[in-house]
Amino acid sequence: PAASLSTPSSPDALPAAAASPRAPPARASRRVASPGPATARAAPMGRGGARDGAAAAPPWHSLPDEVLEHAFSFLPAAADRGAAAAVCHGWLGAERRSRRRLAVANCYAAAPRDAVDRFPSVRAAEVKGKPHFADFGLVPPAWGAEAAPWVAAAADGWPLLEELSFKRMVVTDECLEMIASSFRNFQVLRLVSCEGFSTAGLAAITEGCRNLRELDLQENYIEDCSSHWLSYFPESFTSLETLNFSCLEGEVNFAVLERLVSRCRNLKTLKLNNAIPLDKVASLLRKAPQLVELGTGKFSAEYHSDLFAKLEAAFAGCKSLRRLSGAWDAVPDYLPAFYCVCEGLTSLNLSYATVRGPELIKFISRCKNLQQLWVMDLIEDHGLAVVAGSCSKLQELRVFPSDPFGAGQVLLTERGLVDVSASCPMLESVLYFCGQMTNEALITIAKNRPNFTCFRLCILEPRTPDYVTRESLDAGFSAIVESCKGLRRLSVSGLLTDLVFKSIGANGNCLEMLSIAFAGNSDLGLHYILSGCKTLKKLEIRDCPFGNKPLLANAAKLETMRSLWMSSCSLTLGACRQLAEKMPRLTVEIMNDPGRTCPVESLPDDSPVETLYVYRTIAGPRSDTPDYVQIV
Amino acid sequence: MAAAMSYVHADVENLKATELRLGLPGVEESDKMPSPPSTPRAGTKRALAGEHREVEPKAAPPAAKAQVVGWPPVRSYRKSCFQQASSKTKEAAPAPVVVKQEEAAVAAAPPAAAAAGGSLYVKVSMDGAPYLRKIDLKMYKGYRELREALEAMFLGFSGDAGSVNPSDFAVTYEDKDGDLMLVGDVPFGMFMSTCKRMRIMKGSEARGLGSSKE
Repeated sequence: PAASLSTPSSPDALPAAAASPRAPPARASRRVASPGPATARAAPMGRGGARDGAAAAPPWHSLPDEVLEHAFSFLPAAADRGAAAAVCHGWLGAERRSRRRLAVANCYAAAPRDAVDRFPSVRAAEVKGKPHFADFGLVPPAWGAEAAPWVAAAADGWPLLEELSFKRMVVTDECLEMIASSFRNFQVLRLVSCEGFSTAGLAAITEGCRNLRELDLQENYIEDCSSHWLSYFPESFTSLETLNFSCLEGEVNFAVLERLVSRCRNLKTLKLNNAIPLDKVASLLRKAPQLVELGTGKFSAEYHSDLFAKLEAAFAGCKSLRRLSGAWDAVPDYLPAFYCVCEGLTSLNLSYATVRGPELIKFISRCKNLQQLWVMDLIEDHGLAVVAGSCSKLQELRVFPSDPFGAGQVLLTERGLVDVSASCPMLESVLYFCGQMTNEALITIAKNRPNFTCFRLCILEPRTPDYVTRESLDAGFSAIVESCKGLRRLSVSGLLTDLVFKSIGANGNCLEMLSIAFAGNSDLGLHYILSGCKTLKKLEIRDCPFGNKPLLANAAKLETMRSLWMSSCSLTLGACRQLAEKMPRLTVEIMNDPGRTCPVESLPDDSPVETLYVYRTIAGPRSDTPDYVQIV
Repeated sequence: MAAAMSYVHADVENLKATELRLGLPGVEESDKMPSPPSTPRAGTKRALAGEHREVEPKAAPPAAKAQVVGWPPVRSYRKSCFQQASSKTKEAAPAPVVVKQEEAAVAAAPPAAAAAGGSLYVKVSMDGAPYLRKIDLKMYKGYRELREALEAMFLGFSGDAGSVNPSDFAVTYEDKDGDLMLVGDVPFGMFMSTCKRMRIMKGSEARGLGSSKE
């Protein structure tokens, strides 16, 4: 969790804070600034014996910058640093000059140049682009979120940059080339859900970044240009600690990979792609027994007892292996080869594995120290019952649908989640796709696990009621928010009325992100949310009967949030215009049907708005909108 | 969103085109099953309380419902990966050990449940071909797609693509009673749940039996 630039410590807010000092936030100094000369009252901060000595400890408001910066280095959380910067100009200056890590949660919230100028010493930057619903295909292509301006600004202002991370952005080969040539000590590149680049760009990175430690490619769409990007790592290159190319579709030169793995003795994370066959995985493991995290490549193969023995022996040598994932189009006969690592595993990601049945369950039941488990619903209720009994340290569970558009065969019901919630006392994060749910189950789950911080339930069929009572699931979700006082993230589904939002608004006091789909029955629902949920940052809504009134009535709330997404609701253009006029520091974006060509200015106020995306920004309206996006 | 709408409509049209049912062409079968109570039309702009819901024409089970864009919220990457994983397994050399898993599941569970889950692999043999293939029946919405896939897979064994004559082949399958049946007689859903393996017959055995399904 990191504050973006547009938290209360934005330049606009700052002069106000300095001019009329209010009580500073609790995390900053508890002693109120007194601009007078040092008095005995200032001294108690120091040691006893310096009671009367103003000379012993300089007044805290005139501490030299180096001391301030050193103090701030103990505040790693961006929110704390932001709060410190809001205290006074002196602290603002010291904090911003010494900030090393910057997270920009919305790439349009601030201009790249401004960010770089403001924080000149940044060594690690993370930038996120498209709205979350882009993951589900709700944002057409060429929407924006280009990484290029950020790379260009960084190349100019942050020559010592070491880490760069982009999520849901368009990263081109030119960007990658620029990264490779601009930062002499570049060490970490992480690209998550990005697109726009090819293996040629990767080759630029592997060739140019001599100190690269991490190359982490998660779920990107990468064009395969068949350039042997792996081969561009020089023979003298040995610093790699993380290599994740699981999302790459093409072949890699195995001999090159093997040599790379052999010479990088610090390699801890290796995640292969589907092109690497099982027997090659075994030989890689023998070269890298120090691995902590492994993503297997292709896993299906005809059963051969000698391959099995090879695998088993290779895994037996991996005493440090803690995290396992992979493409497991799997062959249950090979699972026992992994038994020796089960005990040590803390994280298991089988969410791409179509393996099912008793072999799968036997495997998981041996993983007694598991903290994180991602599976497909092929595990079924009885599999989850076994998980409940075996994995008492489980903290995070995600169950994905194996057949999201299928015949609605119910593999997994509410029972699985109830069992796990009952028996795993440390469970705090859940993502669960299932076909049916009851209020009773949710109430039980809420009672079992008041420690949830993230609860995302997706009942596959929209507007599904409690299948026993046929009522809405208001009672169940209300129980969740009432019981889980620390809940930060919530996704609701099933048949829901406005009442559940009343409960969420009233009880969601830590809620930061809320996802709503096919729920509610009137404007009231949205009003409850926007007028409650004090710490809400991201709200995403689709296909709900929410209209203009609650949006306009709670316009000011939107500036305290990072972003709001509303699609297929009941909004009209007039309200969006009003909102944009009322709130100049919000960007109000409308998305039309790509087919529509007339400019938004010519449309009447009562035209329906299909998609609204609103976010706060200090950079003004963006200039890279495609023609189907209009800024009101 | 308009694009999504048209995609969905095309989908439903294809389904109807390949669906085989009793009755004269042009006659819509009346609904025997109530359509799922809360499936909204794709691209519906307003989810109003009293919305008029069109009753979807009955499609062959398992119903490929009109899909709502972006629902369920599964990442596009995950969806394409899953389909890719299935198709890659299809193209890979056959893995007999997977059959053990399937047969065990089939033996243990009632026939309806055999179709449950993410895939339905059956072996496909072709007379004269050196090795068998495996395909996932769930990847296909109807007979036409299935046939196209089989043609693509086995074309290599017939020499020139140009010299392939569809009526030289008959696609048959072995059903759960062990009988050899011609593919295409029963609704696709029923075929999916009763098909145990498939066999493409060539030459004289095929002629007389095979008739163009297109």
